[in-house]
Amino acid sequence: MASLKQLALREEERPRFTGGHSLCAGCGIPTIVRTVLDSIPGPVVAVSATGCLEVATTRFPFTAWGVPWIHVAFENAAAVASGVEAAYRSLAHRGKLSGERVTIVVFAGDGGTYDIGLQALSGALERGHRFLYVCYDNEAYMNTGIQRSGATPFAASTTTSPVGSVGRGKAETRKDLTAIVVAHHIPYAAQASTSHWQDLSVKVERAVAQDGPSFLNVLSTCPPGWGHDSRDGARLARLAVESRYWPLFEVVDGHYRLTHYPAHPTALVEWLEMQKRFAHLRGIQSVDLESMIEREVTSQWQELERRTAESKVWFEERESASV
Amino acid sequence: MARTMQGFEVLTGGEATAHAMRQIRPDVVPIYPITPQTPIIQTFSRFVADGKVDTVLLQVESEHSAMSAAVGAALAGARTMTATASQGLALMVEVLYIAAGLRAPVVMAVGNRALSAPINIHGDHSDGMLARDSGAVQVFAENAQEAYDLMVMAPRIAEHPAVLLPVLVGQDGFSVTHSAENVALLRDEEVQDFVGSYEIPYPLLGDRPSSQGLFAMPDAYYEIKVRQIQALEAAEQVFADVARAYALRFGRHLGAVESYRMDGAERAIVLIGSTAGTAKDVVDELRERGERVGLVAVRLFRPFPHQALEDALATVGRVAVLDRAAAPGTLPPLFADIRAGYHGTAELRSYVYGLGGRDTAPEDIAKVYRDLQLPAHAGIRYLGLLGEDQHGES
Ligand SMILES: Cc1ncc(C[n+]2csc(CCOP(=O)(O)OP(=O)(O)O)c2C)c(N)n1
Ligand code: SF4
Ligand SMILES: [Mg+2]
Repeated sequence: MASLKQLALREEERPRFTGGHSLCAGCGIPTIVRTVLDSIPGPVVAVSATGCLEVATTRFPFTAWGVPWIHVAFENAAAVASGVEAAYRSLAHRGKLSGERVTIVVFAGDGGTYDIGLQALSGALERGHRFLYVCYDNEAYMNTGIQRSGATPFAASTTTSPVGSVGRGKAETRKDLTAIVVAHHIPYAAQASTSHWQDLSVKVERAVAQDGPSFLNVLSTCPPGWGHDSRDGARLARLAVESRYWPLFEVVDGHYRLTHYPAHPTALVEWLEMQKRFAHLRGIQSVDLESMIEREVTSQWQELERRTAESKVWFEERESASV
Repeated sequence: MARTMQGFEVLTGGEATAHAMRQIRPDVVPIYPITPQTPIIQTFSRFVADGKVDTVLLQVESEHSAMSAAVGAALAGARTMTATASQGLALMVEVLYIAAGLRAPVVMAVGNRALSAPINIHGDHSDGMLARDSGAVQVFAENAQEAYDLMVMAPRIAEHPAVLLPVLVGQDGFSVTHSAENVALLRDEEVQDFVGSYEIPYPLLGDRPSSQGLFAMPDAYYEIKVRQIQALEAAEQVFADVARAYALRFGRHLGAVESYRMDGAERAIVLIGSTAGTAKDVVDELRERGERVGLVAVRLFRPFPHQALEDALATVGRVAVLDRAAAPGTLPPLFADIRAGYHGTAELRSYVYGLGGRDTAPEDIAKVYRDLQLPAHAGIRYLGLLGEDQHGES
């Protein structure tokens, strides 16, 4: 496990993602990218999907990337990574590469992952490429101006699910992408948040050690999209975790484990209240909406607790075997 | 499977293409099945399974991903080839444009087939025409031998430092992909030696980190695009050079266009692909009867060899351009291209034929030569359309 100091040192020695990009203040993306890249020991090739990250970090002729980086389109990052990984395997097999093993990392938004890129992701997971797929989940299509995605939470107002005389924000609940990924029986999948950087860093280390695909779904704050103050990004990320809205867990060979347990969860309303996308919930008839969000969060949490309990023995046996 | 016949093998176009791929020994081949391309990837998969080639096969979940993986692999530093047809090419088109823009020299075999709807698995050139403005180099084969030869030539064209663009090698669905004929295969070492090693300026897996696929604003996009257009234009000379090198070594010359019995021809047909075979027989027959007819087959379609066509049609009086695809609402693609660049005196007429695999018999071709003796018709003629035949010569 790398300490904050070690991560900072690595960043100084080999800057993999530099400043000067145009991501907003308070945006969760740069924290995710830096933590992920700094937590990977060896060389990296990064692949991005179209979205805020790609647009804000590679305006020709500039780039924020210190590692080899490629972007092809919006919906195909996992397929592009498959090709890079296949190239790596082939060239290594034919003796055309030397040096340390290269880690291939994808960074894609929720739109590029939950929605338009889901097929490419599913195919790549099924084929078992050795790569890490990081979804930075800001819960909407931010780059095109805050449209709803399959990751947008119930009742959230976006520019395509606006609140109006009839509309009450997004009418559907979030897609459980992590569960979909887990159903591919990959060696490692996890959820993380920028608020818990060490948890994220450890998960990256575990993920890239796998001989196969791994997946991280990381909640990413977005001041313009969520309607919060830039300076509240870190606090919001933390509240999402502490309210159990965004549980931190990992799934190792199909076995679930909560990696952070908010024993005394903060009230969900505290998380909701800080974001303008939920402002309409303060209205008179919104009690039912709020309780629907509450119900969704509670049932997801209970499901996770149940799975964690089921997997307890498996983790214990694994740990005692490795002693 | 193939039987050896005095240095030749009896192979379909699809099989011959798979042999070329085996001999080129690409590093990565992403694949997805679609008729009539499937025999190519099946034959190639069999070569891999039998240990005849050690390429990494990538069985992806769609053509969109096949092309995306191909771009990733090619820019990572791996020689990459793929194959598709019809709806598959349509699904790839988004990424094909990007491949050209990112200068990814992916070589693709295309078993040209009609586009839906109605769904139809048979040959025409609609899929190729959908890709014609992608920025990729496009060539079309007349038969299995040409499909093989062009495939062996393709990596050197795609990977040439002045080009660095995808190359699409088209062959007509069924009439070439599935039709067996004698094909002269080169020896494996000859092919290896001819294509050489894969070199691109900034492989992602090399030692110079680079960012590829950047976002360009109006201050830069235009210049990048014009350079890409110039690279495609440069491919005309590169194609000619590679064709000459191929001919010098292996004795078969595949020019940008092939003129068949055009000496002293008064009437000519210009077309693309397998129908050239039928047309050559008709030309022979008519020539025997003293008719001064000839044929021009276009192999290199992008970049379009305007000068070569100008030369080929320099002395002819009347020309029928036969398109196996339409461009609804305007003139068919081959006709439009020829007309746009042609400064000669010949009168050009437009025909569409063979859509969705409709047979084009020698009689249909003969009819076009007869038509050319009559006064010009207005607009586009649809050759072989049911109900047209009775009125066709009116
Ligand atoms: C095929 C295609 N459809 C639509 C778009 C337009 N588009 C670009 S980025 C984007 C949204 C990206 O959303 P997400 O993946 O969540 O990333 P974010 O912008 O939030 O970082 C969209 C819709 C595109 N580039 N390509
Ligand atoms: S719009 Fe949101 S996701 Fe995009 S850069 Fe700004 S904060 Fe980040
Ligand atoms: Mg998003």
